[in-house]
Amino acid sequence: MKFHETKLNNGLQIIGELSPNVHSVAIGFFVNTGSRDETDAISGVSHFLEHMAFKGNDKYTADDINRIFDEIGARHNASTSEEVTLYYAAILPEYLPQAFELLTALIYPTLRQDDFDMEKNVILEEIGMYEDQPSFKAYELVMQRHFQGHPLGQSILGSPESIAALTSTQMRDYHAEHYKAGNIVLAVAGNIHWREIMELAEQHCSSWPAGKSPRDTREAEPNPGAQMIPKPDSLQQHIMQLGKGPAATDDLRYAAELLSVVVGDDGGSRMYWELVDPGHAEMAELGYNEYAGSGTWLTYLGCRPEQVEANLERIAKIYADLNENGITETELEQAKNKVLSRIVLRSERPMGRLSSLGNNWVYRQEYHSVEHDLELVRSMTCARIAELLASYPLTQQSTIGIGPLAELPVG
Amino acid sequence: MNEQQIHTEVLPNGLTLVMEKMPAVQSAAFTMLVPAGSIYDPQDEYGTSSVLADMLTRGAGDRNSRELSSDLDNLGLQRSESAGTSHITLSGATLADNLPEVLRIYGDIVLRPQIPDDQFEAAREGALQSLYALEDEPRQKIFSELKQRCIEKPWGRPNEGTIEGVEKLTNQTLKSHYQRNFRPNGAILGIAGNIDFKNVQEIVQQVFGDWKPQDPPALIPEETGPKWDHIEHDSAQTHIGISYDSITYSDPLYFAAWASVSILSGGMSSRLFTEVREKRGLCYSIYASHSSMKQLARVLCYAGTTNERAQETLDVTLAELQNLSTGITGAELDRCKARAKSSLVMQQESSYSRSSSIARDWHHLGRVTTLNEVQDQINALTVPRVEAFIESHPAEDFTILTIGPRMLEKRI
Repeated sequence: MKFHETKLNNGLQIIGELSPNVHSVAIGFFVNTGSRDETDAISGVSHFLEHMAFKGNDKYTADDINRIFDEIGARHNASTSEEVTLYYAAILPEYLPQAFELLTALIYPTLRQDDFDMEKNVILEEIGMYEDQPSFKAYELVMQRHFQGHPLGQSILGSPESIAALTSTQMRDYHAEHYKAGNIVLAVAGNIHWREIMELAEQHCSSWPAGKSPRDTREAEPNPGAQMIPKPDSLQQHIMQLGKGPAATDDLRYAAELLSVVVGDDGGSRMYWELVDPGHAEMAELGYNEYAGSGTWLTYLGCRPEQVEANLERIAKIYADLNENGITETELEQAKNKVLSRIVLRSERPMGRLSSLGNNWVYRQEYHSVEHDLELVRSMTCARIAELLASYPLTQQSTIGIGPLAELPVG
Repeated sequence: MNEQQIHTEVLPNGLTLVMEKMPAVQSAAFTMLVPAGSIYDPQDEYGTSSVLADMLTRGAGDRNSRELSSDLDNLGLQRSESAGTSHITLSGATLADNLPEVLRIYGDIVLRPQIPDDQFEAAREGALQSLYALEDEPRQKIFSELKQRCIEKPWGRPNEGTIEGVEKLTNQTLKSHYQRNFRPNGAILGIAGNIDFKNVQEIVQQVFGDWKPQDPPALIPEETGPKWDHIEHDSAQTHIGISYDSITYSDPLYFAAWASVSILSGGMSSRLFTEVREKRGLCYSIYASHSSMKQLARVLCYAGTTNERAQETLDVTLAELQNLSTGITGAELDRCKARAKSSLVMQQESSYSRSSSIARDWHHLGRVTTLNEVQDQINALTVPRVEAFIESHPAEDFTILTIGPRMLEKRI
């Protein structure tokens, strides 16, 4: 493994972790823009724009883009989050030039009006699809609830109304403001020479406009409260809750990741043994999510409606105990063993390395080798977890329920 | 592609051990197929194999549920247990150094599970809640329901069981299911990663050598259908499932069948994605896949669309499936080949994916096809060959199921 980094004159940052021992190469453009950079008037534009990227530019039509990616056997796609829009492909090394050129075409699409009108239908279908999946719906709503009045509360998909009202001019303006070279990180992992990446970047990216768009990253002050979305015909009740956690640049985030494994991993965690193993709940998990300037503890409970009250009390009790007493050495050791193995397994594939490589750079301008990540896990202590819990106790501040219950039962 | 190092060993009791050495990785993974899947569930207790899969890790050998879980976690094992049609599958991946200890523990799980009475209610309740959750997610539910209508039972049974079936279950049923079906003859253990063949072979012999073979139970055929059906559900979208017959993985024409489905749904330039989503904007999610069991195979197709556009989506999708018979282009076939090549090469980066491939190969073929052999078979495909396959196996005689607020019209 060898790490390289550089910056083009226009501000595009390029990083690569290269290794001759794998068969493929993964490449991703991490654009520092997402729903938190939107206003209500253009809600959903980042995600809609990500779809429009695949409609091509003056050189390649939508059909060309889809066809050529398939011709080179790429595994490619894009995703939009609150903060990052990612365009990526995993390919065999000999196809890097084609994949690279297509990905750069995605970043500067033509945004034709007829494509825009047609793709609107697909976005509305995607909104409809998530509407039928309670866990997605609950996540979207609890983010809006918890971050009310803060940019992180903006919906990623937007609403049917905001999408219907969106114009291609608004999308163009948004693109011009946010897709500047200084806002973009190009990350590459796998079996390729650095020289080749540099040549391709020079050829396809050096004409991109320079600049960087500002972002308001003040820490969110959560707006606690609960809201229930009644679905009388459902059999299961879904509850999602958010509390305040450390932000993406806070060193406590390593402790937060390990703590979430001890407390709320899908197997062998405190919540698993107290709620899932005995059959009280189908799902009971704690996750930690990091954002620029803010962070969250995400509690997810899925169970029979009549068990919600008892289960929420069980979770509250687990959190209270942890906030007061922390975790045990045995628990920490076990979580470390799980996480160490996960890191190694994930990093065996270039595609598995790409997101960790790109996100570390986007959020922190840091490179971590796999070995460095493993060392960070090995060196974690119970005392550090206690520090974390003192600053960011586990809480269930904001709640969304979807299911048969019209009101949140309070014990 | 690099020459693979594969070694197979059939133990005297019938257990087949298939191994692949992958020197470039640090991990090792295993996939164990035990012939105790849902086709062997008692007729009114659908879900037996699924709940048993959960119970296997709720105590085995000298370890109770917590000790087992904690020891496996400390070995860094990422694992899963599930019931499929023919098998209960136990699989996991960890650092290669930990594999011997992991296999010893799995010896307990497979040969000496406690299936403790005091854990039964919890396991059953967990299974029931998963079935309730499935009821609330039509996009998932439609595959289980479609399978029951398009595949002869017992092969078309829902692997996760039914609410009625799981409600009837007793722990005694689980114990009998275990005793009747857990046998080494018909079981396959695939192991891939940074391993030494001789070491692994010795450990597997020590751990599983005493497992006693027995005759497989007889299967009882049951009724299937109907071919056109609707389940009413108050959802934002109408969920459409379509199925038609195909050929199995062991058929000499398999790769032509695979190519025909790949042309329909193999990438963003495939026909369904282009015609239904890109040109008409009818849906976000549409795809078809080839699903092969040992005895039979189906193409399964899905589209999710808002209710007003559901009829058009169904009509256009069916027309595209039938349109295959009018011919394919060389360019389409070339794209399938390119996608297959990259997918074959990338498999070599994942011990988990290799362990599962070699185990499944053995189940279907009684041998392992190397990635180079697969590559040769795919390279040998030509437009006339794929078209000849489609002519003899056209997309027709569909089974169609919709879930949503309104029933659609069948216009074929």
